[in-house]
Amino acid sequence: MKAAPALFGLLALALWEGAVRLFDVPVYQLPGPIAIVGAFLADPVGLLGSLVSTLAVTFAALAVAAVLGGAMAVAMSASRLAQAAIQPWAVALQVTPLPAIAPLIIIWIGQPFAALVVCATIVAFFPLFANTATGLASPPAELNDLFRLYGAGRWHTLAWLRLPAALPYFLSGLRISGGLALVGAVVAELVAGSGGFASGLAYRILEASFRLEMPRMFAALVLLALAGIVMNFGLGAIGQMVLRRRGDG
Amino acid sequence: MLTISHVGRRFPNGTEALRDASMSLQEADFVALLGPSGCGKSTLLRLIAGLDQPDSGNLAWDGGPPVAGDIGFVFQDATLLPWATAEDNVFLPLRLRGQSRSAAAPAVQAALARVGLTGFERARPRQLSGGMRMRVSIARALVTQPRLLLMDEPFAALDEFTRNSLQEDLREVWRSAGCTIVFVTHSIYEAAFLARRIVLMTPRPGRINREIDSPLEEGPERRLSAAYAALVAEISHSMAAALH
Repeated sequence: MKAAPALFGLLALALWEGAVRLFDVPVYQLPGPIAIVGAFLADPVGLLGSLVSTLAVTFAALAVAAVLGGAMAVAMSASRLAQAAIQPWAVALQVTPLPAIAPLIIIWIGQPFAALVVCATIVAFFPLFANTATGLASPPAELNDLFRLYGAGRWHTLAWLRLPAALPYFLSGLRISGGLALVGAVVAELVAGSGGFASGLAYRILEASFRLEMPRMFAALVLLALAGIVMNFGLGAIGQMVLRRRGDG
Repeated sequence: MLTISHVGRRFPNGTEALRDASMSLQEADFVALLGPSGCGKSTLLRLIAGLDQPDSGNLAWDGGPPVAGDIGFVFQDATLLPWATAEDNVFLPLRLRGQSRSAAAPAVQAALARVGLTGFERARPRQLSGGMRMRVSIARALVTQPRLLLMDEPFAALDEFTRNSLQEDLREVWRSAGCTIVFVTHSIYEAAFLARRIVLMTPRPGRINREIDSPLEEGPERRLSAAYAALVAEISHSMAAALH
């Protein structure tokens, strides 16, 4: 049963390779898996270096989004004024398409890495913010009453009730935002790459598409997909481990 | 201990939850607030706890208003912190009063022992049965040695066997702890078994209709006695008359 996904993947790859060969599909239209692996092996250092660059942007953005999203959710839960001030802007940030504002951000910030991190942070921010805010508001009214009854102040209620209650929500948001940070990093790199920044995997994809090097483009895409899968499972495993150690099961 | 005089409460949506409620609580009393849903039992309990304020009337405490820890509260659900052990859940009220874990340990152990949970200190709520979770909730309410213990239908969600067992244990806790208990229920049998005084309440708007003193003697056969059956009958007739 455990081997089923791998076996299905291998079967799909074999069918793909067979179809490409059988129908004699030109490599600039659709390369087969063997050609893609060949393209990767032709320049592993270049492609993996670009992957590291993209992941550096992704993790930096995820860290910034976690700190900002968590802090703003706490501020919002602590004060109605902060809620009124923050919430519309957070929603505005969520619905603004990154490709539309990325060129501006890149121009304004100037420093490429920081600009890419800001772009990816914008995409990754909202799930962390919204999930943490939901978690902070999740304790039942009876528990809030209990804390009031025992004279708990705002900070004790935050530290011993709301923040612990928000942890599973925050971790779930972290997992969602991990994938979004990667997407945000790639989109920002695509915009930046077209502006002359040569660094991440998105730039490799652009570069390969301009040169019609489809196997190399696919190799970069596969690396991105693998990175996304590993991040998703990794962040999920970290979340489960944290909750298990806390005793949530 | 507490005199409640002509207390009324109307919610912002216009519902009159309680009208002109008057009663008193004595030291070491055991009072059951009995009535159907919507008769203001829980509202009255929240007013006594200070979790809500009356629109009219007043509550006068002998010796001044209670401070944190003077009142324990047990809700219908156990409302435990799911990430904390039984011990940490019971420690919570003392922690909120600024006590260290080591200073609070004897009181926490004693409270857990009082509800029969010695040996389950490190268990998480999800590892406990519904009845055991409720016992932790009662231990948490008792750990501050409250003058007044308020209980809002705490056994309503439990099966009958667990409920009977907890009712017997609660009477034992009441006798040994010496605090006053106000117990909200919509079960005539539960009110008759537990309380020394049964306060009948009627809905729309919530009112106190009548008080009945329990004539039951202490003893293991309390639930099987003729006096218990007679008390249940009296409460049933009184409630039927009040509702119609």
